[in-house]
Amino acid sequence: MTMSEADKKALRAQKRAEKARRKEEKYYLASQWQLMARKLGKHQLARISLVILGFLYFVALFGNFLAPYSLTEYDANSKDLPPTPVHFSHDGKFIGPFVYHAERQTVKMSVAEKSAAQKAAKERGEKYTPPTLIATDDTEPIPIKWFVHGSSYKFLGLIESDLHLFGVEKGKVFLFGADSMGRDLFSRIILGSQVSLTIPFAGTLISFVLGLVIGSISGYFGGWVDNVIQRVIEVLNSLPSLPLWMALSAAIPAGIPPVQMYLLITIILSLISWTGLARVVRGKFMSLKNEDYVMAAKLAGVSDMKIIMKHMVPGFMSYLIVNLTLGIPSMIIGETSMSFLGLGIQSPATSWGVLLKEAQDVTSIALHPWCLIPLFFVVLTVLAFNFLGDGMRDAADPYK
Amino acid sequence: MGNYILKRVLTFLPILLIMSLVIFFIIQLPPGDYLTSYVAGLKAEGQIVDESELASLKERYGLDQPWFMQYFKWMGNILTRFDFGYSFKYEAPVWSTIASVLPMTIVVSLVTMLFNYLVGIPIGIYSAVHQYSIGDYCFTLLGFIGMAVPNFLFAILLMYGTYIWTGTAFIGLYTSEVLVGLQQGTMQWWEVLGRGDFWGRMAIPIIVIGTSGTCGTLRSMRAQMLDELGRNYVLCARAKGVSEKRIVYKYCLRAALNPTVSGLSGVLSHIFNGSTISAIVMNLQLVGPMLYEALKAQDMYLAGTILLVMGFLIIIGTLLSDILLAWLDPRIRFSGRRAE
Repeated sequence: MTMSEADKKALRAQKRAEKARRKEEKYYLASQWQLMARKLGKHQLARISLVILGFLYFVALFGNFLAPYSLTEYDANSKDLPPTPVHFSHDGKFIGPFVYHAERQTVKMSVAEKSAAQKAAKERGEKYTPPTLIATDDTEPIPIKWFVHGSSYKFLGLIESDLHLFGVEKGKVFLFGADSMGRDLFSRIILGSQVSLTIPFAGTLISFVLGLVIGSISGYFGGWVDNVIQRVIEVLNSLPSLPLWMALSAAIPAGIPPVQMYLLITIILSLISWTGLARVVRGKFMSLKNEDYVMAAKLAGVSDMKIIMKHMVPGFMSYLIVNLTLGIPSMIIGETSMSFLGLGIQSPATSWGVLLKEAQDVTSIALHPWCLIPLFFVVLTVLAFNFLGDGMRDAADPYK
Repeated sequence: MGNYILKRVLTFLPILLIMSLVIFFIIQLPPGDYLTSYVAGLKAEGQIVDESELASLKERYGLDQPWFMQYFKWMGNILTRFDFGYSFKYEAPVWSTIASVLPMTIVVSLVTMLFNYLVGIPIGIYSAVHQYSIGDYCFTLLGFIGMAVPNFLFAILLMYGTYIWTGTAFIGLYTSEVLVGLQQGTMQWWEVLGRGDFWGRMAIPIIVIGTSGTCGTLRSMRAQMLDELGRNYVLCARAKGVSEKRIVYKYCLRAALNPTVSGLSGVLSHIFNGSTISAIVMNLQLVGPMLYEALKAQDMYLAGTILLVMGFLIIIGTLLSDILLAWLDPRIRFSGRRAE
């Protein structure tokens, strides 16, 4: 038996209606979080930001594999080399991506020329540095290979490996140029992102806990407890962050392992930044504690801690998460400024702020503009977190 | 009003005192003190240090006492004789050391604040009135980028830009001629203000230090304006035929200014704090870099006094913003009167 055309059409319409109804049902049955996620997905900028951040964190996670060189590898002949151009055709023939070997050489000068140059530098009040030039050998193409063996590392901190995504077997490839010690900036940006992208997260987590606990105690109990906590917050807030950083990072003993230093710096950053969140939480508690359901819970004999954690906190959790997201950018900038001043992460570990230390004065930027590349990543990350936070704020607002 | 101001001052004074105590505690946290590191430096250079002289120096500056004793002595001198102590690093009384940079810091801060509001508020209004126009999108994007770029890196970018365009590197606020004049005392800071080249040099620092604050002002102004423009009284005014200009500038603006004005003290402290690293990068002779140097050298009386002065100025800023708020918003005025 065959269905008539009209029947088919009716069936299709019915199916469509059923689908729409289910969709609607899903909407009405969705939890608060599902609704938020749905709204967030519709926010164009937030979606793009989420993709960018996902990519950045992915790169940081597999950083050791993606970066062609390790943090400690350097090449004395490659100091301040500009980004290595990647070519595809040699002598008019296409042979895939390859680079030419380049290195920095001192200009050969006669003794008389050298002393004249030294004298001129002295007159200008500058330190004499012998002039160099970049010698490129464009007779022999060095192909860029995939999955090459290089320095060994522990993949995800567990599996020993020496495989890198790409690299060259002879000479060096510097996609973003090299720094003043001949280290690959591209690798350093990737490996630095492991610090720069996770410190804000860990720090936010610590300040989240601190802010939540202290803020809720202050708001829930009120009275003299509230008064004392508020004064402490005021004092902390009116202290400029610079002396705090300097004193606290001077208190970090020299020569401790990078992991510990990393943790200590995270703690310093979060010790300064919990106050904002504590204020927000306190304000929310003040307005919620007189609600009927809190009174009912109290009458029913629920303990204070349980009322706070089970009944009140979920009421403004979405708001807190938005606040957290918007707090991450300032922590990224904080870490960058700290490292920029030399108060944060110390070598051999690196972060974007440490890399930007090379861009401290105009002359070095004018000579090697590629040292500004880390700035691009700092700005990109901060912007992405800002847009994501903005999108989340819109999504968490039930009246929009 | 007088009562109100008095009350504010009285609540702030203890905070200032506690703050100074905390500051003093933090400054002495790192191991060693100025003299020890100074002597270590001398020894590294191969100079001979007289131990008995060292001990007498230590006693003279009270460095052999515990830190809270030093603090109470210092505070006592400030309160009784207005004596802020002696700066080891600059080898001069703290007050005269600070006085050499404080006026210019206040000038730069005030001009930056003016820049902040003169640029942020009009653009915020424009963005709100022309919501979702191309101009609004451009300004919103600019605002976001301005907040995302750390100030000190923005300074480097601008310095690099001017170097490329004009061929001269930007170094410091003063020309060498002015600098010499200031150091020898033949020139006073207010004379510098009359010079054209000084204001040309001010442009970059003001833009740099002002940007992130300006972007913040812009965004909060836009949000507040949009909020106000959607209210029922605006609808009512429109229905009555009040001109759009009058609605925006007479009614909405006044209400929307409230959070911006109450953020005034925050802006002031932001300028003081946020400008420090930028000022170090730009080599500006302001209080910020002096504080940084003092902290590095553990010159505690100088650092402590600078932080005290900053705190004091921020408190004044808060007071001013509260007075302005009361003047702007009759509700605050009336609730104050009722309380009296």
